[in-house]
Amino acid sequence: MQNEWLYIGLFAVVGLIIPIGAISVGWLLGPKKPNAVKQDTFECGIETVGDTWVQFKAQYYIFALVFLVFDVEVVFLFPWAVRLGQLGLFAVLEGILFISIVVAGLIYTWRKGMLEWA
Amino acid sequence: MTQFLTDPLKVLADWLQGLFTGWGMAPDAAHVLIAFLGVFLLIALVMLLDIFLVWVERKTVARFQDRIGPNRLGPYGLIQPFADIIKLLIKEDITPRAADWVVYNLAPILSMAAVLILWAIIPLAPVILNVDLNVGALYLIAAGAIGTLAVIMAGWGSHNKYALIGAFRQIAVLVSFEIPMVTTLLIPTLLAGTMGLNGIIEAQDIWFVLLSPLGAAIFLIAAIAELGRAPFDMGEAESEIVAGFNIEYSGMKFGMFYAGELLHAFTFGGFWMIMFFGGYRFFGLEKVSPFLAAPILLAKAMLGYWIIMWVKYTMMRIRIDHMLAFNWKFLTPVALLLLMVTALVHSMFKDASTLLYVLTMFGSNVAVGLGALETARQHSRRQRSKVEKPVRSAPASA
Repeated sequence: MQNEWLYIGLFAVVGLIIPIGAISVGWLLGPKKPNAVKQDTFECGIETVGDTWVQFKAQYYIFALVFLVFDVEVVFLFPWAVRLGQLGLFAVLEGILFISIVVAGLIYTWRKGMLEWA
Repeated sequence: MTQFLTDPLKVLADWLQGLFTGWGMAPDAAHVLIAFLGVFLLIALVMLLDIFLVWVERKTVARFQDRIGPNRLGPYGLIQPFADIIKLLIKEDITPRAADWVVYNLAPILSMAAVLILWAIIPLAPVILNVDLNVGALYLIAAGAIGTLAVIMAGWGSHNKYALIGAFRQIAVLVSFEIPMVTTLLIPTLLAGTMGLNGIIEAQDIWFVLLSPLGAAIFLIAAIAELGRAPFDMGEAESEIVAGFNIEYSGMKFGMFYAGELLHAFTFGGFWMIMFFGGYRFFGLEKVSPFLAAPILLAKAMLGYWIIMWVKYTMMRIRIDHMLAFNWKFLTPVALLLLMVTALVHSMFKDASTLLYVLTMFGSNVAVGLGALETARQHSRRQRSKVEKPVRSAPASA
């Protein structure tokens, strides 16, 4: 068990080293002639106007919230799915009840008009 | 020699362990060093594959668009990606003045690393297990979240309006389609009774695509959206917001996003095949030798990748409200319904004869799929009849 996470850790380390290495080599080999125009923010050709980090559409936030609820609930189902074979019909019905509650939540969100891109 | 053919990694690892301890290294240190060498070798091979994928992608898109594609450098243009890499490497490394230096430069690194760590759990062959993690399916979801993080970091850190818009859209799509993807990941988990990917492959005496064709289809759609590829490429949308979240990136930093995207697509092609098409299994050939099993998995992954490319170069981009409505009002309910039906049918018929089991599973999937399509069709017909007034054909003005 410990051994497996050793490999995962090594993968994370090597997986980070390789892109860092590639970008560093690019930095070493490339020319270094910065100027004001080159380092400007890219837009259609004229200078950018106004603030970039503006308030964003609230709908993105609502979808993120709905996602959060569903993702957590669906992750709860993984242990149920793994042990389903040993647990018998009662556990299946309980799982279905749980998913039905999640679906009821989805329908509620839907009826409230939270899934509209207004 | 025969043991080398059936279990090459163990033979190599034992030999290296003997060698290193013979040099006076502590056994534990030798073990870690060997693990490091193995991981490094695998990731190097994956990066080599990634370079090859650039060629595959360019050649395939060319054929879809009735062109020839790269054909000048080397046979069939095979050297072309290396020329591309050299070009990317000798470009100037630019960080825009307005950008947040740390976040901006970390994003391409994380984008690539998120894909590379996915390869930790891909079982190439019965004995070439990188890691047989017992929570493989959860790891897949967790590692995928790092890619999402890279997108928002790139969009926010670039301090560019196009990049920010692209990142917002991309995140909305990524988090939304995560729900049907996780739900359909539950189906192989449920059928195999394990979350380990090797266990899921071992359990597929009958490929899961026969037991759950609808699950396989939903997983593919959700995976394409997770990859941010057309028709779900809202985040890049080059005709609207130029290049979306990676607009400010150039040189090798852009190369990391590009290579990461290709490798991600290939990897998800592989996961699709592992989850629903038996992974490295192919009519018992995988038992002969891992030298046969690993190419089988890679060939299948290439097929999955090809299907993803096929969709990408055939479909048009979908508007973001349509895309989110499609996910939340169609794909998610269907996936949840399918999960319930699968659990019920699986537990009722799993002790029945194989033929009956397969038929009921397949039939229930088809029923759910057709029912969902029919409901959607009738709903949209009602919606249309509200808007459209019945138009009587005007008499020809003669």
